[in-house]
Amino acid sequence: MGKIETSVRRRIWADKLFKTLIIVLSLSSIVPMFLILFLITKNGISVINWDFLCQIPKPVGETGGGISNALFGTFWLIVLSFIFSVPLGIFAGIFLCEYRGGKLAYLTRLSIEILQGIPSIVIGIIAYVWVVMPMGSFSALSGGVALGIMMLPVIVMATEETLKLVPDSLREASLALGVPYSRTILKVILPAGLSGILSGILLGIARVAGETAPLLFTAFGNPFMNQNILKPINSLPLTIFNYATSPYPEWHTLAWGASFVLISFVLGLNLITKLVTKKWKVQF
Amino acid sequence: MSNILANVAVPSTRAKAAMQYKWGISEASFRKFLYFAGLSLVVLLVAIFFSLMIASFPALRQFGFSFLVGKTWDPVRGEFGALAFLVGTLMSSFLALIIAMVFSLPVSIFLGEYFRHGNTSTFMKSVIELLAGIPSVIYGFWGLFLLVPLVRDLETKLGIAPQGVGIFTSSLVLAVMIIPYASSIGTEVISLVPSDLKEAAFSLGATQFEVIRKVVLPYAYSGIFAGILLALGRALGETMAVTMVIGNSNFLPKNIFSPGNTMASIIANEFTEATGSLYLASLIELALVLFVVTTVINILGKLIIRKMGRGR
Repeated sequence: MGKIETSVRRRIWADKLFKTLIIVLSLSSIVPMFLILFLITKNGISVINWDFLCQIPKPVGETGGGISNALFGTFWLIVLSFIFSVPLGIFAGIFLCEYRGGKLAYLTRLSIEILQGIPSIVIGIIAYVWVVMPMGSFSALSGGVALGIMMLPVIVMATEETLKLVPDSLREASLALGVPYSRTILKVILPAGLSGILSGILLGIARVAGETAPLLFTAFGNPFMNQNILKPINSLPLTIFNYATSPYPEWHTLAWGASFVLISFVLGLNLITKLVTKKWKVQF
Repeated sequence: MSNILANVAVPSTRAKAAMQYKWGISEASFRKFLYFAGLSLVVLLVAIFFSLMIASFPALRQFGFSFLVGKTWDPVRGEFGALAFLVGTLMSSFLALIIAMVFSLPVSIFLGEYFRHGNTSTFMKSVIELLAGIPSVIYGFWGLFLLVPLVRDLETKLGIAPQGVGIFTSSLVLAVMIIPYASSIGTEVISLVPSDLKEAAFSLGATQFEVIRKVVLPYAYSGIFAGILLALGRALGETMAVTMVIGNSNFLPKNIFSPGNTMASIIANEFTEATGSLYLASLIELALVLFVVTTVINILGKLIIRKMGRGR
């Protein structure tokens, strides 16, 4: 009897120990997140002011200077990648949802999964080979192509997942009224799944806004304000990379400020996406 | 009567034209357009592969297989062997994987078994999601200013040349970056374990620890493995964070603390400075290798997950 009791006690003890271990290890795995946020807020927030957001960088040695060119560049790169990926992505998503069982749909889905796993630096090389080499110079356009390819899988998947949730009765009702197939898709199915598609687009933007690797040899970076999409353009992550790896402490300060702006933007987008999904859930 | 029906079933050319005018495009071309959108993604992937092949052709022809086992990377003499970068990539990725596993598996069990619902679970899930959303350049920056000094102290204590940057540091940063991927797939497969299996074990008097060890983990094993595989795919291709803390040395790394380079980081460092077509082609061949390896790993991981989902 005593023997059984000790064995039970030992088992209960092992159970408790294991649970504690799991909780401790899990909680310690989210410590880096707080360390990152803390370090960036501590070092970055004091740099942020109106001048920082509105001026272009100054040469080494001069104090001050800002990141307006990088903000402007990131904005343009996002617009370009949006143009390259969103229309194609949405139609490909519709295709995947409508022709679910087909052979081409299977291949397309496979391609999307592979595309999503391609390292971003490889995408950068592709944009270099496709756009920079033929045109002969680094350009915002090539950066937009690279980011567009990165954004594409996110949008296709979000579109497909959302449209799958739209019930067949909706489509049947529309077709029964004599509405042509194309109009049923564009005016009934697509609006019904709009919130999902929108959150997919936001997630895609959040994904590419922080990308640096594909821009290294496409958008290239530019210390000046540039409004020509055929010329090199700066972006926020590129600025952080260049400043952080420089030997000058004043530039490190700027990098902290830029990191704070970037992380607020990316995490803010993630938050908005969550709210969008929660508020306008596809439900019937 | 039959005349009217015929009209309804098959619109006359004029009706068709009117419809086309009203709706913009004809039905047939809309379907074709959708088909084209799907096809273009397949074409995109195939084009990426062949573009990499063609662009790296000079290096492929010049070095053949010896590219992967050559030890010297000397742009000046035009000698390109990628062994140092292959070793650097494998060392940093696997080390990161081991470190990440120590944390991601507990997180999966935490979210998949102990705290499936409720505020704790929501909080944990959101933090992990945020961790996945942080741009890699910020991880690199953080590593450069927080981890590098720490590693330097550690190296001083161990009696190694205190450089701070190196493969070990990059593995630490990579580990933090891939924990979200491995743990989210792990959580998913662990919560897929049928509850009647677990309940059967509980009713026999098993403690929760025993249920997890003898029922949940064996059942979810292949899915957890797939999660780790997909995380490995991420780690292999990660560029910016690694480039900033690995030390950028083109020689074969001697131990886990020595500086090195991965395939991705050498591309990031040298691509814009590459002069000469052979140099450029060699760097693009590295990208080709990365592309093929990550693609194979991704497909394998997805296949395992799909198989598990079907076996349920």
